[in-house]
Order: sequence, then C-alpha cells, then structure tokens
Amino acid sequence: MDGAIPLLRVEGISKRYGGVRALEKADLSVFAGSIHAILGENGAGKSTLIKVMAGVVAPDEGRMMLDGREVTFGSPGAANKAGIVCIFQELSLIPELSVADNIVISDPPKRFGMIDRKAQRRIAEDALARAGAADIHPLALVKDLPLSRRQMVEIAKALARKPRILILDEATSALTAADVSRIFEVLKRLRLEGLALLYISHRMNEIAELADQCTVFRNGRNVASYKAGSKSDNEVVELMIGREYSHIFPPKPVAVPATAAPRLEARKLSWADRLDNISLTVRAGEVVGLGGLDGQGQRELLLAFFGVLRGLAGEVLIDGKPVTIASPAAARDDRIGMALIPEDRKTEGLMLPMTVRENLSFAALDRLSKGGIIDRAAEQRLIDDMVGLLAIKTAGLDIPVGALSGGNQQKVVIAKWLMRQPRIILLNDPTRGIDVGTKQELYQLMRKLADAGAAILFYSTDYDELIGCCDRVLVLYDGAIKRELVGAEITERALISSALNIHGEESPVGLGASA
Amino acid sequence: MKDWRYWLAEQRGTLLALGIFIVMFAIYSANHPAGFSANVVQTAANKGVLLAFVAMAQTLVVITAGIDLSVGMIFLLTNCLASWLVVGTPMQTTLGLIAVLAAGLLCGAINGAIVIYGRLQPIVATIATGAVYYGIGLLLRPFPGGSVNEDLADALTGRVFGVVPASLVVLLAVVLVIWVPFSRSVLGRAAYAAGSSETAAYMSGVPIRRGKFAAYALGGLLAAIGGLFLTFFTYTGEAAYASGNAYTLFSIAAVVLGGVSLFGGKGSAIGAIFGALAFRTIGDLLFVFDFDPLWQPLFQGVILLIAVSLGAFALFRVRNRLEWFL
Repeated sequence: MDGAIPLLRVEGISKRYGGVRALEKADLSVFAGSIHAILGENGAGKSTLIKVMAGVVAPDEGRMMLDGREVTFGSPGAANKAGIVCIFQELSLIPELSVADNIVISDPPKRFGMIDRKAQRRIAEDALARAGAADIHPLALVKDLPLSRRQMVEIAKALARKPRILILDEATSALTAADVSRIFEVLKRLRLEGLALLYISHRMNEIAELADQCTVFRNGRNVASYKAGSKSDNEVVELMIGREYSHIFPPKPVAVPATAAPRLEARKLSWADRLDNISLTVRAGEVVGLGGLDGQGQRELLLAFFGVLRGLAGEVLIDGKPVTIASPAAARDDRIGMALIPEDRKTEGLMLPMTVRENLSFAALDRLSKGGIIDRAAEQRLIDDMVGLLAIKTAGLDIPVGALSGGNQQKVVIAKWLMRQPRIILLNDPTRGIDVGTKQELYQLMRKLADAGAAILFYSTDYDELIGCCDRVLVLYDGAIKRELVGAEITERALISSALNIHGEESPVGLGASA
Repeated sequence: MKDWRYWLAEQRGTLLALGIFIVMFAIYSANHPAGFSANVVQTAANKGVLLAFVAMAQTLVVITAGIDLSVGMIFLLTNCLASWLVVGTPMQTTLGLIAVLAAGLLCGAINGAIVIYGRLQPIVATIATGAVYYGIGLLLRPFPGGSVNEDLADALTGRVFGVVPASLVVLLAVVLVIWVPFSRSVLGRAAYAAGSSETAAYMSGVPIRRGKFAAYALGGLLAAIGGLFLTFFTYTGEAAYASGNAYTLFSIAAVVLGGVSLFGGKGSAIGAIFGALAFRTIGDLLFVFDFDPLWQPLFQGVILLIAVSLGAFALFRVRNRLEWFL
C-alpha cells in the first residue's frame, strides 16, 4: 500500500475536554481495500478519534483529508454523506421504530414525497441479508430485539448507507460467536469490494484474524503502526503501556489479615447476560480493585451488590451470613451498612440545584431525625466533621452543590455516604473527571477508611489507580472474573494483558474468590 | 412471525382506543332515548370532532416527546379570529378561512421555534405562548359575539346524503391530507425518531429540528381547524378561558387514551382521534343514564385512570431498577 493515496487521512488532530486532553496531534491514514485495527487502553483516545472522523465532535486543531482533499464535518449526517459511516459502541438505533425504519433512517426511499414503504422493506431485507442477519424481521420494533440482534441491525444499517469508510467501534462486543463469524465474512467481503474499514476492538484474536494494519494509541497519540501479525501480543501490550505515573499513592499495609469471615462475599453471582458466575470476597481493612476494560460487567456487579438489579442468581454474604438486598435503601441499612459512590455524580449522586447541606444529609436523614423532624444541631455537627475530614472547598453550606468544582462535588458525594459510617464502600470509577489534587486526597481517604475497618470494592478505568491503591485486583472480562492479581502482581502489564484476556508470561492464578 | 402480527402490534394502541370507543358508543346509543339514529350520531360527531382535532394537534407534539399546553388557546384564538373573518361573500369567506388556518400555523411555528431554537422546555414555552394566544383572543373578542358564514357552517355541521355527519367527512379528509402524508414523510419519521431517542436520531443524521418544527407547526394548524369548527357550531367567537384550558387537558387525556406515549416516539393521530371520541362518549354516558351531571367529572376521571394504568404494566418486567427512572 506504500505510495498509494490514503482514502482518509487525519493529521495533527487534537481535542481537549476541559483540562483533559483526549487527543494530542494524532495522525492516521486509512486505505481503500484494507482493514485497519486501532488498539489502546481505556482513555487512549480511540473513541475521540473516531468521533472526530464521524463528525460527532469537532477537533480543536488538525485536519482531515478525504481522497486528498481537506474536509470538515459539522454533523454525523455530513460525514455519512461523504461516505464515512460509524457503528458506535452506544447503539444509535431508535427503539420505537421498526428495523426497516431504522435501516433507512438517514436517507429513506421516497415516492411522491412520502417514504416508499415497499422500497424501504426491500432495502432493509437486502441490508439484513448482506449483514448475515436475514433472521431478523424488518417489521420488528428495535426495542423488542435483544442486544445482539440490535447490533446486527446496526451493522445492516451501516451497510445500507453504502459507506466507503466503515468504522466499527467495539461492534462485536455483544455478539454471539456465530454472529461474529458471520460478520467477519461480511467484513472480508467488504474489503474485497474496496471499502476501508477501521476496526476498534479489544479482542486480540479478532484483530489477528481480520486486520491488515494496526495502530496503537497511547495518551491521545498514535505511538506505533505496524503490519498485522508482525508483533507478538506481548510486544503490543508493551506499546500500550507507558503512561507516566503522576499520582502519589499512600503506602499499602504490608499484609492483609485473613482471619475473620470476609465482610462482603459473593458466590456465583449471575445476572442477565452481563454477570457470569462471579465469586469474590472483600475483607475488612482491604481495598479490592475491579479491573478490566470498560463495560465488562463491573458496573453491574456494583449495582447487584447495592440491590438495584432484579433477578440476580447466586448468593451475597455479609460477615459470613447470607443476605438478600432488595433495594438501595436496604443496602444502606445499618445491618448491611453499604454505600455506593456512583459513576455519574451529576445524575446518580447529587441533586445539583439543591444546597451542599441538603445533599450531604440525604443519605443519613433517618439517623439525623427523630419522629420525622431533622435534628438541626446533630446535622450541623456531622456536616462540620465531614467538611473538615474531606476538606471540601465551598463558599458555604447553603449554596447549590452544582456551583462547586467537579472534585469538590465528588467529595460531597463521598461525604454524604460517610455520614452513615458505612462498613462496605463500593466505588464506581470515582475519580473520573476530577483534578489530580483531589484524586490524591481520595486515595489517602480510601486507605484511611480501610485502615479504620471498612471493606472497599473499587472499580476504576485508570490502571494507575488500581496499581497504586489496591491490595488485590479482580480483572473482569465478558462479565466473569478472569484473573486475580495480588500485591506485587498488580502491574500495568498484568492488568492490560488480563484485561485483553491474553495470558502473558505469568500464568493466571486461581480464578474467583481468594482462599 | 407473520407481517400482520407486526402490524397488529404496531397498531395495538390505536385498536385499543377504537375498541374502547365502540364499546362506549354502543352503550351510549343503546341507552339513548332516540336510539342509534342519524341525529344522535350527528350530534355526537359534532361534539367529538372538536376534541378530535385538538387531540390530533397534541399528538404531533407529543410524538416528539414534547407537550403543547397552548393547543386549547390556539383553538380559542382561531375561533375568535374566525368570528371576524369567515364571513361575507364566498370569496371573502375563503380568504378568511385561509387567514385563520395561517394564524394557527403561525402559532404552532412560534411554539416550535421557541422550543427548538430557544431550547426552552415545551411545557414552559407553551404555557407562556398559550397565555399570549389567549390574550390576543380576548382582545379580538372581549365579549362573546361575531358571526360566521352560516351557509358554510351549516353545510359542514350537517349531514352528507342525509346520513353521514359532514364533520366526520372533514375529519377524515384532514387525516388523509395532513396526518397520513406527515406520518409517512421524512419529517414525520424524524419527529418520531427525535421523540424516541434524540441522541440516536442525531447520530443517524436525522433532520431532528425540521421534524420537530413541522410537528409543532402542523399542530397549530390542526388546532386552528378545530377552532374553525367551534365557530361553525356556535356561530360566534368567544375567548372562554376555562374552555381553552379544558380542551388542552382533555387533549392530553385523549392522546393517552389513544395509545400515544407521553415519552414520545410512539402512537398515531388516528388513535388519538378515537381516544378523543371515546373520551367524549364517556363524558356523555352519564346523561343517557339520567345520572346527576355532578358525577360527570368524577366518573370521567376514574375511567381515564383505568385506561392509562394499562400502560404501566411494562414496568413490572424491568430487571435493572434504574430503568424505572429512564
């Protein structure tokens, strides 16, 4: 392919979100008739890059060239018209419309100014057949289809737009093995037809089977491009590693006492198709990390413990005794004493327009009130304690919590739960989008709470945090625990290779619960 | 599954509304002193179509996951306007009709522009514009009065071939000329898509803004057709505040009864029409049974509550409790 003009070339693309740089002068060339794989760990900039290509976000700097001519896209529609079609991770299907409606959505066939339903049906059937999903009825509503079928519809929809460049972002994550092999046949045929395909996946075996060319992203830059098959899995992992350690972590205790029954224990937890036979233990005084790529069931696991999921199979034990947790209210009850610091503080953690004071006392109102009346003095004492403990910077307790900085908002969420003195603390990626200083304070706090006897289960998408904070890390893949890393075993190499479900030089230790 | 089953599933809300209407109307006409006669049907139709037009207007906006609390006021405003303009020679009357319809379209377009381009919440925007429209109506008709071309009025509220109520024929024509093309056009589909999942629609390159704008504007037009019919029935214009509010609220009830989801993206104006007719019939049911009219609001409310509760059953199947709040 050397010497050929790339079908699409991006040069020096940068994009910042607030103070966080997602892409830093990234380059990429995509050629017709080839499949180009993009690799990188969480937050390496892959998603941002394809969003730029697909016209979803505008880059801060840099340029894009299609057929050697500079282009800019103001909307996904504009990118589609230019022949760039993206299948996003978060599905872009409209649930209340039928499969056929969805497939032709961006450019329905028209007759006398109205949508031609017969033609639409033909196009849909054709596209479904091309995607190897002829079993899906074009008149079925998308909302009635299971996730794997929806993903096939998504692929059919992309094909119906006759793309020149097709971007697949984790497009196979929800598919069954049979679907994956059918999709691979389709993709290989499209390559023969001269399309350029951009394939983002964390599954190394898929990349090995499909890709012609690979590019590794790290810290928002493309760090290496190589011909597929010319590097070993370990070399690829090596390329993906290499983030500078920028956080200061508190020292870990030398050994974890393993005497009493574990504070929190799960036995063979399964839920829908997202959690698969998960067994784990967390002891008092221990910080246990949940690792793995984003979206492998970590969130569902935390929600399962917190009583949000219905129809959970398996057992949850607290202090060795089986319990049924039917709602968040039950989970936070003193008998269980659980707290969940949610992922999205803006929707699940805080009532943004309400004051700092009100937000702080929400979770502990039952403890602070007698006969339904809030004991103002007790509330004030506890709030003062928390504001001091967490060093929350606020102009006052009676201003809306939405006026605080992201880091301080997150402190309010944590303080709100600490007011109940929880014995089990679940954290769902708590440092996302907060500044480094606050991050450090949170790391210190986590260790302090563990030392005071709390059992902590900590999900993070940032591998540095898992390495720096955790006594043990459980790595999830496809809803199951694939590997447990203890103490010095927690390295970036081990985390990445087990997250990708490839086995590095170290052999995996016993799966599931620690002995 | 066979094609017809999908069709059935899609039309379930509409068919349910049709069913409710038929049952209610059967009870109504069976117990009516005059029985099932052309006269009874004509009277019922004339009362029903007013709400049917307003409910259609509401449907268009609700499909986009919005709500239009000004429909009742557009209905009043156009009634007041028609009582000035739809008079005189056939030529003048025609121009008057066009002006009234254009005014409705404009009201709807203003709502749409504020919601879409001003990014105000539909509920707030339309409360405000509704007050403005009512205010204009009040200035036009401080006291009930005015007149209308009576030949036209009588023709449109009478019977065709002595049997079929003319108002129903007009309703059917409006469905064929406005609703069917809209629902099958790209704009209509964009309105549905925006109501069902605006993000997904945007990501798919759907013309969301134009679709929503068309829905609001056509909603204004349909409310204006309702306003015209009100004038044809009463021969006058009247800015009756309570009546405008009642039509707004009843239109929402009719829409829900007609299987249109208030979360957007689902339902049809035809369902809403049957919802409106059923709602009206429920309201009149008590009269044929000689109950005290004092019971009417209570009775109507209970029936409505039962009907809308049917839609909540899906919540029992949710496995992730966080989805309750989506």
